[in-house]
Amino acid sequence: MSVADRTTPGTAGATAPAGTAPRPRRHRNRRYVAPLLLISPSLVIVAVFVYGLIAVNIRTSLTDANSAATVTGQEPTSFVGLANYVALLQDPDFQHSLANMAIYTVVFLVGALAVGFVWAWLLDKPIKGEGIFRSVYLFPMAVSFVASGVVWRWLLNSNTGDSASGLNALFEMVGLGFLQNSWWSNPTWGIAAIALPAVWQLAGYVMALFLAGFRGVPEELREAGRMDGASEWKLYRYVVFPQLSPVLLSALIIIGHMSLKVFDLILSIADSANYSTKIPAVDVLQYKSSFEYANAAAVGTILLLLVALLIIPYLVRTARAEKDR
Amino acid sequence: MSSTTTTVAAPKPDERLRLAPRPRERKFSRGRTLRYVLLLVFLLFVLTPVYVLLVTSFKGAGDATADSAWALPSTWTLENWSAAWEALAPAIGRTFLMVIPAAIISSVLGSMNGFVLSRWRFPYANLVFTLILFGMFIPYQAVVIPLAQLLTVTLQVPSGIPSLIILHVVYGIPITTLIFRNYYESVPGELIEAARVDGAGMLRTFASVILPISVPGFVVVLIWQFTSAWNDFLFAVFFASSQNGPVTLALNNFANGALLQNYGQSMAGALLASAPTLVVYIVLGKYFIGGMMSGSVKG
Repeated sequence: MSVADRTTPGTAGATAPAGTAPRPRRHRNRRYVAPLLLISPSLVIVAVFVYGLIAVNIRTSLTDANSAATVTGQEPTSFVGLANYVALLQDPDFQHSLANMAIYTVVFLVGALAVGFVWAWLLDKPIKGEGIFRSVYLFPMAVSFVASGVVWRWLLNSNTGDSASGLNALFEMVGLGFLQNSWWSNPTWGIAAIALPAVWQLAGYVMALFLAGFRGVPEELREAGRMDGASEWKLYRYVVFPQLSPVLLSALIIIGHMSLKVFDLILSIADSANYSTKIPAVDVLQYKSSFEYANAAAVGTILLLLVALLIIPYLVRTARAEKDR
Repeated sequence: MSSTTTTVAAPKPDERLRLAPRPRERKFSRGRTLRYVLLLVFLLFVLTPVYVLLVTSFKGAGDATADSAWALPSTWTLENWSAAWEALAPAIGRTFLMVIPAAIISSVLGSMNGFVLSRWRFPYANLVFTLILFGMFIPYQAVVIPLAQLLTVTLQVPSGIPSLIILHVVYGIPITTLIFRNYYESVPGELIEAARVDGAGMLRTFASVILPISVPGFVVVLIWQFTSAWNDFLFAVFFASSQNGPVTLALNNFANGALLQNYGQSMAGALLASAPTLVVYIVLGKYFIGGMMSGSVKG
């Protein structure tokens, strides 16, 4: 697309004699100066703040800097290899965090994708008021998790009966009292309740992705299906839906990696020290406040690995697709 | 490849969501009625928390029983709002002081990077771009321990707003670079070529040709950065206190810090804390969606 810079002679090249001889090195170097000047501040920043810090963090995770004395430099730290990782993975508390993260990911992923997909499907064909539906479905994206956490904390309050609020009170009111439950206070499944506000907040985003996908299906394809006498359902099932698989993959990866990082919602609905909603992303904060820096660094590295497993193939795929364009 | 792989064109951010001309449906079909019913049910689901926020924020202390939980206030009062405003006003002011410089600086950096990466195919350009993009997805928990050391101890940056401005600029670079790169890919090559023929170098071309046509790109990026920095909580928790931090931190402290939960006040506070981003969403929604769609790298 934009190969102009490479294939056409630049200002420096214009003065060079015509011919096939390689341009003098000095001139070639000068062409690199301006772009480097523009981009190098950011390159340095990203190199230091992303990759440099990741490296330092990994190094910390391999030491025994797990006490106030070692962290503040009063006592020396020593290299302990993967001992922190081994201890963490054997710790029932951290296993609970990992299990919570898995439950949360499944509920959030399935919920957000299903709801977002249905919204997009309902809005695919022209309908009056589409703009309003779209804007309302999307608006929670513009609100912070902390602010929405305030209202969801009320909605998901575990009190029942006379002291109930939120959904429990609503169930009582409409005669569905048996549906009342302890929501996020349940030690095993409580984390799933935190996925509800997350679905509420991000289903609109998934809808926008899918809607773009639906609109990207060429009209000729649908028309061809109609000519063949396909019913509206079959048209979707065999013509439209298969075209959406790249969108589905994007949505899976983006929502999936977000679910590994959930932090704000848990702190605002529950608390960073709450056992039933404990996850690795919050454990980092807990370890840091108790001066267990090596453990905090190790948990951070585990999270990074999980995210990288999802994101790197995605980025590589995207870069390849760009090249082919 | 199929047309879904078009890069995000920032000039018309919601272009990909535009209605395609379709054959008209019959006016009254059962399918259409069903669709409306479902859409309205979902609309209610999405708006339920808004109803709760608004109603509760106007309730007095007497309305806190289970029976009246979902009812309208028996007497409407503004007490919660004034208490929340008193508690959060300083933090709201600080958040503006944080968000505005952070959004501007990271947009300028993003536009410089985006221009270079879209026009200059140096060796490994794609790899460099991908390495920058990866910074957008990392869990910040994976850098927070050495980051605290670097910012607070080595560089001596004061905790609170100064630290947070730096962090939002630094970790905003990937997304702003991405949006601007996609934006500049859509600028016709002839425009740049014309400037080059006139003898303008890359810097001159950037300043006199590219920047003037970048306004729509800047709108998208500024709005995106404004919203995400305003709503950030993670960095605030690690690099500020409720005394010197942004409104998310103050709100969390205000709503959850007290021993006895006062939902009326918390909900008024949540609405106050969300007002700026909601106004931006309502007034400039399509640009917000443009930024959001670029976050997916490509649809």
